Amino acid sequence: MRNPLLVKFFLVSTIFFSVTIFAKEAEISSEETKTDLKTEIDEYIQHHLKDSHDFSLFSYKDSEGAEHHVGFPLPVILWDNGLVVFSSSRFHHGEEVATSGDSHYKLYHGKIYKTDADGTINYDAEHHASNIKPLDFSITKSVMMIVITGFLMLLLFGGLAKSYSKNGGIAKGAGRFFEPVILYIRDDIAIATIGEKRYQKYMPFLLTIFFFIWFLNMFGLTPLGVNVTGNIAITTALAILTFLITNFTGTKTYWKHLFDPLGDSMPWYAKIPLYIILIPIEVLGIFIKPFSLLIRLYANMQAGHIVIMSLIGLMFIFKNWIGSSLSFGLAFAISLIEILVAVLQAYIFTMLSALYFGFASEEHEHAEAH
Amino acid sequence: MTIPRIVGAGLIVIGVGVGIGRIGGQAMEAIARQPEAYGKIQTAMLIVAALIEGIGFAALFATAEN
Repeated sequence: MRNPLLVKFFLVSTIFFSVTIFAKEAEISSEETKTDLKTEIDEYIQHHLKDSHDFSLFSYKDSEGAEHHVGFPLPVILWDNGLVVFSSSRFHHGEEVATSGDSHYKLYHGKIYKTDADGTINYDAEHHASNIKPLDFSITKSVMMIVITGFLMLLLFGGLAKSYSKNGGIAKGAGRFFEPVILYIRDDIAIATIGEKRYQKYMPFLLTIFFFIWFLNMFGLTPLGVNVTGNIAITTALAILTFLITNFTGTKTYWKHLFDPLGDSMPWYAKIPLYIILIPIEVLGIFIKPFSLLIRLYANMQAGHIVIMSLIGLMFIFKNWIGSSLSFGLAFAISLIEILVAVLQAYIFTMLSALYFGFASEEHEHAEAH
Repeated sequence: MTIPRIVGAGLIVIGVGVGIGRIGGQAMEAIARQPEAYGKIQTAMLIVAALIEGIGFAALFATAEN
């Protein structure tokens, strides 16, 4: 290949893929030998999908059967009649009781409970833990990745903005890659759906949400094993932002469309029976729109992670050459599709948000055209 | 006799598959008729496919509920 940049790109992407797959193999193979392999793989996938209080990259068992975790602890911040801060290494991956001051805390199914010194968990009739749960503001794995992505975006796009003035208005370096993406969002998403006049107000949000979701989706495919956008709490927060912006920037025309959709096309007494049905549907629609956004992003990313992990798990179920080649091939193919899905979901989220903003900021002259 | 949840999940996938398949097929047809409208058709196709997908996922969650 003559183009050195292209060669570099292929090299980097090859290394990237091999690392992803090998890291995940190592993660599962280390935890073999337990009772039932299938339940173990299932548990492993469940564990991977959840947020955790420590950043564990992988774990393995040495020849004596002792488990070693490779990773680093994260700070635990609790509000329990006062601020309690300690390192999550005190939990020893949920095996031990953490003591801070004169209170004791235990990690149970990924949640922190207040216990006595022995770490007893009490259960109610439905076998749910009935211990006190202190408010948890910990810097978990997901929170850490969000902060890192935030800083990355600040540095990257802040630097790019500055490089324009230095370089005489021409993008340079990574900006060569990001400029067309940003222009695409401006021209084909914002202007196309919101309109020439009002799109600028929404651009910061649309750009932020696109790159935030895209970067986090891509981080989810790396061996770091984070699953941030596949966490329903995070997608809910993103959808709530869209919901608030839609309704707070809503114009008079938008609200009139909601509560008086038929307008002057018929006399008021004819509208009453229709509106008994129409208005509840329109009002429900306000909530269904962001709800479908959050479910779509969450389910897509969650499903992608489950599929990749299950395919890799095939290797340990078959335990022969068919299994490993099958699982490698399929996992590789799905990984490639997931790269597409990562950008597609970010695009869809941005596109639909822009569409809702477009409805909300509709002005009167447009309404007359109906 | 109760129908297993997995049958419901299968039906959902059939429904969503037929729906998105039709959207894709019709979009291909539209692009073949008017290749210059490629960009617009693709955008509209993705949006509608995403809407169906959203409903499909919501239904799948309803079947997966323990």
